[in-house]
Amino acid sequence: MIIAFLSPALILYGVFVIYPIVQSTRYSLYDWNGLEALDKFVGFDNFRRAFSDANFTAALRHNVILIVLSLAFQIPFALGLAMLLNTRIKGRAILRTLFFAPYVLSEVVTGVVWRQILRPKGLLDQVMTTVGLGAHTQGWLSNPDVVLYALFFVISWKYFGFHMVIMLAGLQQIPKELGEAASIDGATSWQKFRYVTLPLLGPTIRVSGFLSIIGALQLFDLVWVTTKGGPIGSSSTMATYLYDQFRKSLFGYASAVSIVIFVLSLVVALLYQRFALRRDLGGTGLVG
Amino acid sequence: MADFSISPDVLGGSYKRRRWRPDRLGLYVIAMFVLGIIVLPLTFSVLGGFRTNKQLVAHPVALPHPWVFSNYTSILSSSSFWRQVWNSTFIALTATFVVLPAASMAAFVISRYSFKGRELIYGLFTLGLLFPAAVAILPLFITLRQAGLLSNPLGVALPQAAFGLPLAIVIMRPFFRAIPQEIQDAAAIDGCSPFRFYWSIMLPLSRPALSTIAVITIVGSWNSFLLPLLVLVDPNEHTLPIGVNNISSQYSTDFARVLAYTTLSMIPALIFYAIAERQIVGGLTAGAVRE
Repeated sequence: MIIAFLSPALILYGVFVIYPIVQSTRYSLYDWNGLEALDKFVGFDNFRRAFSDANFTAALRHNVILIVLSLAFQIPFALGLAMLLNTRIKGRAILRTLFFAPYVLSEVVTGVVWRQILRPKGLLDQVMTTVGLGAHTQGWLSNPDVVLYALFFVISWKYFGFHMVIMLAGLQQIPKELGEAASIDGATSWQKFRYVTLPLLGPTIRVSGFLSIIGALQLFDLVWVTTKGGPIGSSSTMATYLYDQFRKSLFGYASAVSIVIFVLSLVVALLYQRFALRRDLGGTGLVG
Repeated sequence: MADFSISPDVLGGSYKRRRWRPDRLGLYVIAMFVLGIIVLPLTFSVLGGFRTNKQLVAHPVALPHPWVFSNYTSILSSSSFWRQVWNSTFIALTATFVVLPAASMAAFVISRYSFKGRELIYGLFTLGLLFPAAVAILPLFITLRQAGLLSNPLGVALPQAAFGLPLAIVIMRPFFRAIPQEIQDAAAIDGCSPFRFYWSIMLPLSRPALSTIAVITIVGSWNSFLLPLLVLVDPNEHTLPIGVNNISSQYSTDFARVLAYTTLSMIPALIFYAIAERQIVGGLTAGAVRE
């Protein structure tokens, strides 16, 4: 009886998730173009090759930069807006709806629209010229020094609403009495934020940070549609690098890269869970 | 006398309100600024579709003058656009109708019966939360090729359902657990089979979880890009995101047409969001772990 109930899920999961992952571990040890016989065993060469390829390490570095930027700007920004929407401001329901809307749009739509805005002489450049900032326009998506930050802006545009909603839910679980009690004891707004809100919101912020890190490590669609990782790899991520290898039919090598991404995600997740999340996941309603 | 006693109150009131205004004003200014950044690209896209390319280059900010409808009408009368809408819908619904029974049956036995290997199986499913399709795409592609599922909508829908299982099971389990054991015992005494118990009692009671899962699956499938890009080779099978991506590289200089196409492709998602906002926000944030 139990097997009968489990089998549809197990078969589906086994065929489309487990089996490919196991296979990919195997392929990663071969030099293979995906068509010929799988017989050129190369051991860990593919992994060595990845870490000695400047393009891969650059992609990895871009992932790390995006993680740092997300934690440093996107999460505080989302927290600020969540606090704003947690006041009695008028129209906050509609604001919440609209702030979350980009998260529901597809990465492709987001990427295509922003590409139109950021292209040379596009909307942004035109507006900047009109208000007298014409000297500061630049190839937002074509200047290798700028593109990653422009991309980060687009990423934040799409995803901040998600983090905002999580934090808003966390804020609403904090009993109002605590803030009132602190006010009566003469706490300033900053002190209330620092010593009441922030500690109580800690679990939510850590979950948000966790999701942000994992999301940034595996970023693909939005980057691919907006910049294809370019120009000359200056906005590549590990996943766009992986897709490039896939398109070159370097299947063995690409498998090794996907294993690297998976293991990195797993290690980060386990470390984060061990040191930051462990006590939190039960209470947030996000897991289980 | 009356005037005299009222005016201090009024003064006091307005004084208080005035004292609050700077704070509040600041909040509204911030809110409006962010709102502008959110809404602007969307408005730009909608209005851009009503312009000619010349207008788009000369006056991208003002209202279109004159309004041009040909971009939208030519897309709406093209069969390839509607085929993509249908393909996206079909794949999203198939994935949903596969994941709902598979996940709920598995979650049912995992949460209501004890058997050997139960925790192991649950652990195996939760591990999948860390593994996005983007990273598994290459071996998945090879698997689909071996199974003859390339160029087949099922080659997209089935993997999407499979990758949706972990989260669906994680969402369902607490729902099933919360149902009292007495109900299960009573049903068993009355000769109710496990399947009947699952079908007639558990499923109806966990409708909110089922609709959450349906919503997550539909939104995820509707928006997905990489998997359909690789699997669906034949243009007749393309989904909307593929269509948008193709149009934007094919007509890379016909900006107005690209914007019109993009606008039309986001309308279904936005309508769905307007109808099911509560489920979508709840579902996607519960679904956060999979992101």
